[in-house]
Amino acid sequence: MAFTKHHLLRIADLTSRDIELILSTARSLKGISFRSVKKVPALRGKTVLNCFFESSTRTRTSFEIAAKRLSADTINFSSGGSSMSKGESVLDTIRNLNAMQPDIVVMRHQSSGLIGRIAAQVPQCHFINAGDGMHEHPTQALLDAMTIQEAKGKIRGLRVVILGDVTHSRVARSNILLLRKLGAHVRVAGPSTLLPPEVDALGVTHTTSVAAATEGADVVMVLRIQQERLGEFAFPSVREYARYYGLSAQHLERAAPHVVVLHPGPVNRGVELSPDVADGSSSLILDQVENGIAVRMASLYLLSGVREPVQ
Amino acid sequence: MSDLFLTNGLVIDPARDVREKINCVIRRGRVAEWTKAKQPPTGVPVLDVDGAVVAPGFIDLHVHFRDPGEEYKEDIASGLAAAAAGGFTSVVCMANTKPVNDCAAVTRYMRHAAQMVDGVRLYPVGAMTRGLAGEALADIGDLAAEGVVGISDDGKTVANTLIMRRAMEYASDFQLPVIVHCEDPHLAGEGVMHEGAVSTRLGLRGRPSASEYLIVERDITLAQLTNARLHVQHVSAREAVEAVRRAKAAKVGVTVEVTPHHLFLTDETLADFDPNYKMYPPLRTEADQTALRRALKDGTIDAIATDHAPHSTLEKEERPIELAAAGVIGLETAVPVSYRLVEERLISLSRFVDLLTRGPAAALRLPHGRLAVGDTADVTVFDPRQQLQIDATQFRSKSRNCPFHGWICHGKVLFTIVGGRICYEARMARSG
Repeated sequence: MAFTKHHLLRIADLTSRDIELILSTARSLKGISFRSVKKVPALRGKTVLNCFFESSTRTRTSFEIAAKRLSADTINFSSGGSSMSKGESVLDTIRNLNAMQPDIVVMRHQSSGLIGRIAAQVPQCHFINAGDGMHEHPTQALLDAMTIQEAKGKIRGLRVVILGDVTHSRVARSNILLLRKLGAHVRVAGPSTLLPPEVDALGVTHTTSVAAATEGADVVMVLRIQQERLGEFAFPSVREYARYYGLSAQHLERAAPHVVVLHPGPVNRGVELSPDVADGSSSLILDQVENGIAVRMASLYLLSGVREPVQ
Repeated sequence: MSDLFLTNGLVIDPARDVREKINCVIRRGRVAEWTKAKQPPTGVPVLDVDGAVVAPGFIDLHVHFRDPGEEYKEDIASGLAAAAAGGFTSVVCMANTKPVNDCAAVTRYMRHAAQMVDGVRLYPVGAMTRGLAGEALADIGDLAAEGVVGISDDGKTVANTLIMRRAMEYASDFQLPVIVHCEDPHLAGEGVMHEGAVSTRLGLRGRPSASEYLIVERDITLAQLTNARLHVQHVSAREAVEAVRRAKAAKVGVTVEVTPHHLFLTDETLADFDPNYKMYPPLRTEADQTALRRALKDGTIDAIATDHAPHSTLEKEERPIELAAAGVIGLETAVPVSYRLVEERLISLSRFVDLLTRGPAAALRLPHGRLAVGDTADVTVFDPRQQLQIDATQFRSKSRNCPFHGWICHGKVLFTIVGGRICYEARMARSG
């Protein structure tokens, strides 16, 4: 089965077959990272451009490692800072970068939807969305799905809770879409101030009670809380957030047996996640990082259109 | 030359309750006579409109001409040319120029520049507050003396309720209506589109309907308190238009306009994050659209206005949607796009003309919108039978931020006549 999509921009664009193909490819490529020589020649001669218009360490590193393990040439372009004003000339930047003939562009930007608009203008190369504003972060959802499948053997029928700042989270949006496509039951939870309006239209249920949300849950995904939200009057203090909306070991006692906890990182320990949960046996946070490389290798490999099987 | 014999037209003049095939004699820029006679008076040139509709000149209560200050987007000459091509004989020009039209000198400049064009009539609106900052009243008395037809901070909402009250009281002393853009600036916040299921799906910050109807309700309340005349601009939310309907029933002096884009587009158009669908107040849901259409039909809405807001690609396509300028152009599309309301049988042809003539003229008490003997001969001739495809590349406007590019419509504007003079004539108009 071949991957037929030209870009990887949104989970919304993928069928469940596309998703399964990326995940099975990721599983087959995962072992490369555990060899003594962590490199295969699959993407030799291909150029992968990492364009990060929003600061990122993990995701950028993960994509760079993934590309290098496939022998692609990687170039990193960062325009740091969190201010979107730097992105104003982004279309020009892309036109320039594109003239350099990359095969795949991995891009992150603060603006929702911008990467899709750029991709539509640059049809000759493949784009991977590494996070666009509050919109989508498809490879994060894919690595989360891979991690859940590894732990649970399936996704269909699982009760998954997404907890925290859902409104501003591209991770939540992509995960909701993906988990729904693969047949999970998704519930979102958090303070009303951080749950988006009409969220149920995404095919989820919602609650503002962490205890109610986690009861009987198979998977709890915790989102990172950003201090900037204090300025938007989303909650009175970090202390209150931790007290009323943080995930603790007590919540997990009433979850389903063998509940697992995911977090896209970096964790604010003691805020959205208590330290004992973050480091406890149910935490899959480091598996997510491992699988992140495998999913990104799979995404690069499938989009490149290389037909030879990986050795 | 401002004499003309308009013949072979279907005259629709809602202000006089006229709908008949009759010929018009225009002399010295005014309507001289209505006649069934087929022959023109001696020496008067004939304009045979071949069965098209002859209406009082269309009036747009809401345009932005970016002049002075941002002439690369639009200037008074290009804006008036776009108005003429769109069938408008009078336009009401908002104050958010650079510098702001908050003092007599800017108003004088705008009127002078329009006189140089000598085409479509330009009626300036003065700022309500100095620099549109919402903090101190603009020179409202001077602006009135210079001929503004109302005051408005359009684009912004005066957040301070006391200043709003004082503006209403003071403007009333000069017989000026207060024209309001209704969005609570804090509640709308950084929102780029309507807040709802679509904004949630797209990951864009929302501007809730409540930010609009809160201010509509507030300003209606203040209009009752002060006895001011209130004109609500570009109503978009169901609750907002319902508030206006209730106020009208309670005999509050309020009028309201709606834009073609709010009547024909919804928040779903933002699905591709195209900034050409970004405007404030934002495109809302189908339920809101239905409520606006019902209000058009039942007479709650007084006028169709374009909120013609030119922006270059630098402020639109070249920017992330969150940073893109809000607004779309509308002068050259309003008539054919809105004519779909007649084709859809939502409103009659007479009501359609009413919304572009008598309705807007009455809202701001402009001396137009009617073609009685003695009235200024501002006339729009359009043909509901003629199909056209909207082509933004052909606009007279300097800007291209049009959400209707490619639409196929009827209701082609054939002639725009101001004071008996033809300011615009469609190519190939007089076939046959």
